[in-house]
Amino acid sequence: MKHGLLTAWAIAQKDLRTELRTKESINAAASFSLVILVLFSFAFDLGREELYAISGGLLWLVYSFAGALIVNRGFAREIPNDCLDVLISSPAPGWAIFLGKAVAAFCLLIIVEMISLPVFGLFYNIRWTESFGSLAIVILLATWGITVVGTAFSAVTVNVRLRELMLPVLLYPILIPLLIGAMGTTTALLGGESMTGDNLSSLRLLIGFDLIYTSLALYLIDFVLVF
Amino acid sequence: MREKAVYLLGLLGALVMIFNLNTVFNKLPDEAMQGAVYRIIFIHVPAAINADIFYTVALITAILFLATKNFIWDSITVSCIEVGTMLILLNLVTGSIWGRNQWGIWWAWDLRMTSQLMCFLLYLGYLLIRPAIAEPTQRASLSSIVAIFAYADIPLVLMAIRLPNVRTQHPGPVLETGQMAPMFKAPFGIGILALFLIGTALVLVRMHQETSQREIDSLRRELHAA
Repeated sequence: MKHGLLTAWAIAQKDLRTELRTKESINAAASFSLVILVLFSFAFDLGREELYAISGGLLWLVYSFAGALIVNRGFAREIPNDCLDVLISSPAPGWAIFLGKAVAAFCLLIIVEMISLPVFGLFYNIRWTESFGSLAIVILLATWGITVVGTAFSAVTVNVRLRELMLPVLLYPILIPLLIGAMGTTTALLGGESMTGDNLSSLRLLIGFDLIYTSLALYLIDFVLVF
Repeated sequence: MREKAVYLLGLLGALVMIFNLNTVFNKLPDEAMQGAVYRIIFIHVPAAINADIFYTVALITAILFLATKNFIWDSITVSCIEVGTMLILLNLVTGSIWGRNQWGIWWAWDLRMTSQLMCFLLYLGYLLIRPAIAEPTQRASLSSIVAIFAYADIPLVLMAIRLPNVRTQHPGPVLETGQMAPMFKAPFGIGILALFLIGTALVLVRMHQETSQREIDSLRRELHAA
């Protein structure tokens, strides 16, 4: 167990280091999210009240688009030079490889989100700093959900034809409950509500989603990597 | 022999369905509030119930495939998911027609409708990814995993759409409180049976196709290897 966690950490470090040196997916994801934010401003011509009403949905659409770009690279990065085969045949347990990759994708997505959140506030004139404490909890939980399911499906689709197309087709329907919860809570928090009542039950949904899919993915990943 | 039994089962299902449609259209009176359109319940609800049955079977066989690596389980999974998805589509389309008649709109983001639509999308992913994987063992393993992930999502979808921003106007109490008029009960039950028989026959036909397909593929590979 301890060995596996250390392996996972090593893989996460390796992935993060590679990514931060080449910046291939983080640059793409960050600029993509900015482009989407600009596009949305043309799509909707809204007053201040209405903007707050759709703010959570807008933000999480941007985050989930950026997330798909980042997790797509997770396992695809290992394809050149047959690195994936080497990883699988190494003594590292399958779940540790998966966990390492999920943690790396999580950190990358958080970085992209932290870049696009202030831009979002700026473009749409939405005050997010006051509720940032509770917003951070929602962002951390939902981002983990996106990356854990995304990394699992990036392992599923890594050897599939039309990988870049298949991943979103599989990923977004699975993420729907998570996104419903995150969007609703984010809208409420940005609108000045506190973390009680309905928002708390959304938070419970996010925690449940994370727990179910983290354990399911950790358990099933061996079947994905070695068939 | 096996083929004949399958077609016989399908035929039996079709006969039960025709018998039931006759009862529904010619013998039952119009409903007091809705008029003639209420008859959709004898197709609409049985389709949903049967889809749930086939998806549950698909979950079990997906797990069995991962545990045993026996391809027969994979054939059952894909057949059940195909038939289940078709039934969900039937459920959505009939429901939409009913909604247009009764509510004046084709679609409302209602709790049950949303969950069925999500279900449809989840399993559509399964059906899309299968043909994209060339190697048979890999195809079976990966798609079984997608089937398990999809099934695990259903309770969460149900929970998510119960959050406050989703409205409900879908009728439900008739079934859940047992207030359905006695004369409707038999056609309703027979409706479930008819779709179950037809669905099972389709699953068996598809299973046979899957098995043949796999045999053809392996023969082709042998030929190329030689």
